[in-house]
Amino acid sequence: MADVILQNITKRFKTVTALKGVSFDIKDGEFFVLLGPTGAGKTTTLRVISGLERQDEGSVLFDGESVDHLTPADRDVAFVFEQYSLYPTMTVYENLAFPLRSPLRRMSEQVIRQRVEETAEKLRISPLLERTTAHLSGGEMQRVSLGRALVRDPQIFLMDEPLSNLDAKLREALRVELQHLQKTEGSTTLFVTHDQIEALTMGDRIGVLNKGRIVQIGTPEDIYDRPATTFVAQLVGTPRINLHEAVREDSTLHVTNSTIHLPIPAGDDLPPSFLLGVRPEDVQIHSEGGFLGQIALIEPLGVQTILHVKTGEQTLLSLVPGMTDLRVGEEVRFNVVRERLHYFQPDGTRISVERKT
Amino acid sequence: MASVDKVGRRAPIVHSVRVDKVSRGAQILRFIRAAVVVVITSIMLIPVFWIVLTVFKSHPDAIAVPPKVVFKPRLVDSFVFLFTDRFLLPPPKLAQYPDECKESWTECVRNKCSKPRSGKELAWYECVALEGGQLVTGPGKYGEYVINSLIIAGCSTAAAVVLGLLSGYAYSRFDMPVKDFQLFFILSQRFLPAVVITIPIFLMYKDLHLQDTHLGMIILYTVVNLSLSVWLLRSFIDEIPREYEEAAMVDGYTRLQAIRKIVLPNALTGIAATTVFCLIFAWNEYAFALMLTSDVARTAPAFIPTMIGRGVVEWTSIAAGSLVFLIPVVIVTFALRKYLLRGVTFGAIRQ
Repeated sequence: MADVILQNITKRFKTVTALKGVSFDIKDGEFFVLLGPTGAGKTTTLRVISGLERQDEGSVLFDGESVDHLTPADRDVAFVFEQYSLYPTMTVYENLAFPLRSPLRRMSEQVIRQRVEETAEKLRISPLLERTTAHLSGGEMQRVSLGRALVRDPQIFLMDEPLSNLDAKLREALRVELQHLQKTEGSTTLFVTHDQIEALTMGDRIGVLNKGRIVQIGTPEDIYDRPATTFVAQLVGTPRINLHEAVREDSTLHVTNSTIHLPIPAGDDLPPSFLLGVRPEDVQIHSEGGFLGQIALIEPLGVQTILHVKTGEQTLLSLVPGMTDLRVGEEVRFNVVRERLHYFQPDGTRISVERKT
Repeated sequence: MASVDKVGRRAPIVHSVRVDKVSRGAQILRFIRAAVVVVITSIMLIPVFWIVLTVFKSHPDAIAVPPKVVFKPRLVDSFVFLFTDRFLLPPPKLAQYPDECKESWTECVRNKCSKPRSGKELAWYECVALEGGQLVTGPGKYGEYVINSLIIAGCSTAAAVVLGLLSGYAYSRFDMPVKDFQLFFILSQRFLPAVVITIPIFLMYKDLHLQDTHLGMIILYTVVNLSLSVWLLRSFIDEIPREYEEAAMVDGYTRLQAIRKIVLPNALTGIAATTVFCLIFAWNEYAFALMLTSDVARTAPAFIPTMIGRGVVEWTSIAAGSLVFLIPVVIVTFALRKYLLRGVTFGAIRQ
């Protein structure tokens, strides 16, 4: 396992620049999640680290040493592909043994057998070892694909959306398993996903990537509570953050075209016009709430319910626990948690304010 | 089928066992389809059937009008005629052989007949010839030419497939300048029919001393087949996802090792199909062989028609030659039929 550092990686393809000066570091034993929408350059980042693509600028360091000149084989990384990429002509056992049989490693068949069986035990795929890969279900394929990475002791595990092709139940189960495995093995992992829930639940740190640039790097708390831009704020959190244009009127802020007028919390220094972000859980329905709204839509999720509250011409999402007996069209009063407001410049960058916690 | 193992953890989900139920209607449809296939195949095989019949006919039966379907079979005659050179004995010489030697070749072998002048005992094939009033002068050229065909078709097919595999891989996986034009150029090698280019090639080969050599024919057939094999193998390799090799390269293999361990086993279907196509072309090719070979490197297809016109037209031995000639391609195609069935190995990647 190694520290991995990316320095100013730029990668251009024929017509597009996939990565623009991407820099971040992954510490030994860390679970680093790269989060971003489709086309943000996540997979390209992994391919650059593994050596499958050569970057045009910048360099990749393993334990402080540049690996730019090394082939994928010599970099000794393990890659879990989105499409699993199990070798179709081989059995599960052969698939798992394949990396160990590499001429670079020179292991005896006996050691290989032992390693493969240990890994299979860990992933609970021992009964499948003699199967061919064509006779596996999606979840089994993904386990085998993970096993092919885990059977080795690489510098870093690179995982390219390994859970995205699984159904929801299986994804949740494997998510927990994967996290457990990573923590018990203490392996350095770079996990790529577009799913913010995976990122928040699994990552020690998250790097948010958008259009080839790193937008923010931080712990899940940083990312959720202090999003650096409106992009991050909207990417993370379901339901999506309420983001509305607002103006400052003396010591109050007013959400344009709505009934919301809030006193600006002491010490918050704001420009005349800006974007106001309110997480849905911070819009609280309360019989003595300060604002009046009308229920426009109700989405019951079981544990929680999403209420669409119309106030003026704006609609706010509100997340309330449990089921609700409110009806569409009903008038409600609500409050906004003032301590957890997010302010952004009109161009999207965060306006940081001092907060007493 | 999820179960709980000793430790109490849930065992991985085992894939379900599907029971195929075929409805009666579908069964009948399948039967009709099979019947139609059998009928069509039978019609296609009539020429082959007729060749086989002719092989076992006597010479008069073979040229009888109307054609005979029922006849007294001659099992070895046509093959003896095919593989030997003979001349027709003039009546006075023929008269020197005793009658029991001329009546039937089995009698001739049993009576241990011998040549009247040298007293040398006649071999069984000489008896067969004698029954037709002919004397064997030596082995025929046909065997040699079939071996020529085997060498030339075999080597050129191997070369075309190996080269096609390497360049097909390159065209499938790498970016290169004017790739489309290169591929078009390769394909264009097959635009002109053989008869158009045989004369320039003949002149070229004469200067290069490649005329009537095995090497010359191997090179020629390889080049002609290459356009087909590059295109075919490229499209087969296109269908093998790159991720397989990339996974192998990350797993600690060089690109060449990855090709050998991952691409080759997955491309077997394509390799088999290409092999069969190339072999069929090189094996059956006639125009080039006729023009560019005369004796040393003459192939069987160019030879068979020349058998017409030695005194009588020996239809039975021509049929025997055609039959012998059919066999190798049939064997190869049958041997590779397992790989020709597509889609067996695909499916371990989720699309």
